[in-house]
Amino acid sequence: MSKLMTIHLKVWRQASATAEGRFADYTVPNVNPHMSFLEMLDVLNENLTLSGEDPVEFDHDCREGICGSCGIMINGQAHGPNARTATCQLHMRDYSDGDTIVIEPWRAKAFPVIRDLVVDRAPFDRIMSAGGYVSVNSGAAPDANAIPVPKNSVDEAFDYAACIGCGACVAACPNSSASLFTGAKVSHLALLPQGSPERKERVTAMVTQMAEEGFGDCSNHAECEAVCPKGISITAIALMRREYVKAAFGRQ
Amino acid sequence: MSLDAKVPAGPIADKWDNYKNTTRLVNPANKRKYTVIVVGTGLAGGSAAATLGELGYNVKAFTILDSPRRAHSIAAQGGINAAKNYPNDGDSIWRLFYDTVKGGDYRSREANVYRLAQISNTIIDQCVAQGVPFAREYGGLLDNRSFGGAQVSRTFYARGQTGQQLLLGAYQAMSRQIEAGQVEMFSRREMLDLVIEDGRATGIVARNLVDGKIERHSADAVLLCTGGYGNVYYLSTNAKNSNVTAAWRCYKRGAYFANPCFTQIHPTCIPVSGDYQSKLTLMSESLRNDGRVWVPKNAGDTRRPQDIPEDERDYYLERRYPSFGNLVPRDVASRAAKKETDAGRGVGETQLAVYLDFADSINRLGRDTIEARYGNLFEMYQRITDENPYEVPMRIFPAVHYTMGGLWVDYELQSTVPGLFVLGEANYSDHGANRLGASALMQGLADGYFVIPYTLGNYLAGITPGTAGDVSGEAFRSAEEEATDRIQKLLNVNGSRTIMDFHRSLGKLVWDHIGMARNADGLRLAMDEIRDLREQFWQDVRVPGENSTYNKSLEFAGRVADFLELGELMARDALEREESCGGHFREEYTSPEGEAMRRDDEFAYSAAWEFNGTPRDAGLHKEQLEFENVKLTTRSYK
Repeated sequence: MSKLMTIHLKVWRQASATAEGRFADYTVPNVNPHMSFLEMLDVLNENLTLSGEDPVEFDHDCREGICGSCGIMINGQAHGPNARTATCQLHMRDYSDGDTIVIEPWRAKAFPVIRDLVVDRAPFDRIMSAGGYVSVNSGAAPDANAIPVPKNSVDEAFDYAACIGCGACVAACPNSSASLFTGAKVSHLALLPQGSPERKERVTAMVTQMAEEGFGDCSNHAECEAVCPKGISITAIALMRREYVKAAFGRQ
Repeated sequence: MSLDAKVPAGPIADKWDNYKNTTRLVNPANKRKYTVIVVGTGLAGGSAAATLGELGYNVKAFTILDSPRRAHSIAAQGGINAAKNYPNDGDSIWRLFYDTVKGGDYRSREANVYRLAQISNTIIDQCVAQGVPFAREYGGLLDNRSFGGAQVSRTFYARGQTGQQLLLGAYQAMSRQIEAGQVEMFSRREMLDLVIEDGRATGIVARNLVDGKIERHSADAVLLCTGGYGNVYYLSTNAKNSNVTAAWRCYKRGAYFANPCFTQIHPTCIPVSGDYQSKLTLMSESLRNDGRVWVPKNAGDTRRPQDIPEDERDYYLERRYPSFGNLVPRDVASRAAKKETDAGRGVGETQLAVYLDFADSINRLGRDTIEARYGNLFEMYQRITDENPYEVPMRIFPAVHYTMGGLWVDYELQSTVPGLFVLGEANYSDHGANRLGASALMQGLADGYFVIPYTLGNYLAGITPGTAGDVSGEAFRSAEEEATDRIQKLLNVNGSRTIMDFHRSLGKLVWDHIGMARNADGLRLAMDEIRDLREQFWQDVRVPGENSTYNKSLEFAGRVADFLELGELMARDALEREESCGGHFREEYTSPEGEAMRRDDEFAYSAAWEFNGTPRDAGLHKEQLEFENVKLTTRSYK
């Protein structure tokens, strides 16, 4: 049996988007090192519920690192200390007995707080609606093997398509830019023949929408790549810029 | 009410064409006069919303999550089946149909399954055109792998993230329709009731999860695409928000619930490690292509796996099922694992696990090949268990994964409530008593992209547009009032036990008695204990916070309350079905070798339950299953 730990937390509490927030101090006893980080928060919330306090709200769903629901700043790092690891895949074995952990929501103008650690990431959906798709109606597709696609193109496209839309890139960026998120979708589709016909319209529309949502510009800090739970490379941003320039100045 | 499956006439290969050739159509100018509600935006709902939007219908789509891109379809790992026969290994539509009916242990409707197999190829075409990055060979063509219950390679995959890529494809198609104004998206909304007027579904009542406001939405038809109810077990591979509430409210409004006891226990999940555990994580079935399952031959052998010599290991699946080996269907593999651990041959700290060993494959193919095939799964395993599966075998154990049961639907995917259609895992239609791997994604997308556009048109053509759903009318008013009262009731109990505490207790009862093995005594006990637990819940649950804010506890409380009713109906259904079939294993009905024993003379039917007060009073309606094309035999994978 693993030795149980006592963990101290400083958690951001905020009742609504307009309310003023503050840090609250909690102590969670009997933390098993094999617990996930979110399971530790479950224990905190069970304790708060029984003591008559409101539980800490946080978004979570699949708890296996693929849905992108969870995401919090842990000691100032988006998704915590481990590379390529979403919050739900972080385990308490990475902490020691007596540690104090500071927990905050994503901080970005474009992601207003809904309550406690829950933020509104709807701007991502609107960037996608602006052009993050291939315009093909159901039933109109040719045979799946009609167009061969080089394996390395697909593999590279996949690396960008793996984005889970969690928003860590925005939270980590000093400019709160959504360039890695937007660049990942632009790159995924631009690298495939199926995405080619609309590549110019797509990049222009998505980049325009990104700016309208209030995200900042990219100035190559690469913090986004460092925190991305899927390890998406900032090459995505370079590709997006190249696509953008080609769309603006290339032959029509 | 008698159950009319509305299966079209003609030979099985012609039924779907016959249907499409004779179905009523809605002309393009009239489509925009109809409004359709789609609840749930996973593979089934997302693909349906996108396609109906493309056709010109007005669609209102609802998700309980903050974005449709997070629906639990996203977590599907292994792949999607289709009868393309690209590998030239003998596959065909007939074989996919046959394997699926057999895999489901002959408890599905032939005509639906045949249609699914026919549509399967079109799905792959559609997804490739959307930009889904399926795995490819060096020549640029699509790659396939094999999955359980089949002797051909017909599974298309995108690394270990096939569900994610397919869902993003559907989400992107839907996003395009949102931009076009054809789909209106309602995120963070939970459907709390179905509204029925003049005998047909005309809308829903939903709670805005951010501010607690109850909203009324009317439509000419309602599509329920809300997934399965595996979370009734508390611990499952389902996402934490997956629930039965929308389907259950439809059941209580008159939609029959079919085969609730048909649940799938997936053989390869990461074992439970402690009481705090909040959910279980699947390790894709595709791993059984290259992993070998074994336990020590001797009970109580606590040596490290690498210290157990080859001749003291029992590769029990290869031994018992030589022709399918490690690729037997899920129900068979799960029961076999249970048999080993019951006999004391389990491994790991809890003894509730078996090994899935890649050493042979790594020696044969090299570590790089294994990493290319399963790298992300190995990484996920290591992150959770802190063990390196390249060096020591994985420890795996069965866990609840999928529910074959769901709302009863006819061939048109329409429930017993006119105007209420049910798609994807939320319906019961295609998988019988056991679903084969890589068939869930196929069914969700078949229903949404290629079935509902036709069958919904047939329904709407008989409805005058704009006549449905006056949201200020009595039906909407009383549905809202009931929803509000229930929320208030939950908040007012103010008892001493948490929601999670009740959910855990329920999960244990359901797992112990309606899990991998069931018997009459256990099922009767479960019915009583679940009823008692439900009564305690309403007297002693503590739901913190208030209705007017974001309040996940309140959301969960409502869902657990519904699970507490569903669980009792599952036990009732399992008790009624005095046979073993697929995932439903009744200990009283086994062959001398310990395999499942079906009783086709009496139980070749789908059990459709009608709400009638408490779960134990539910009324049973039987849809007799006719097998005109597949001969009923004892399933053998030996």
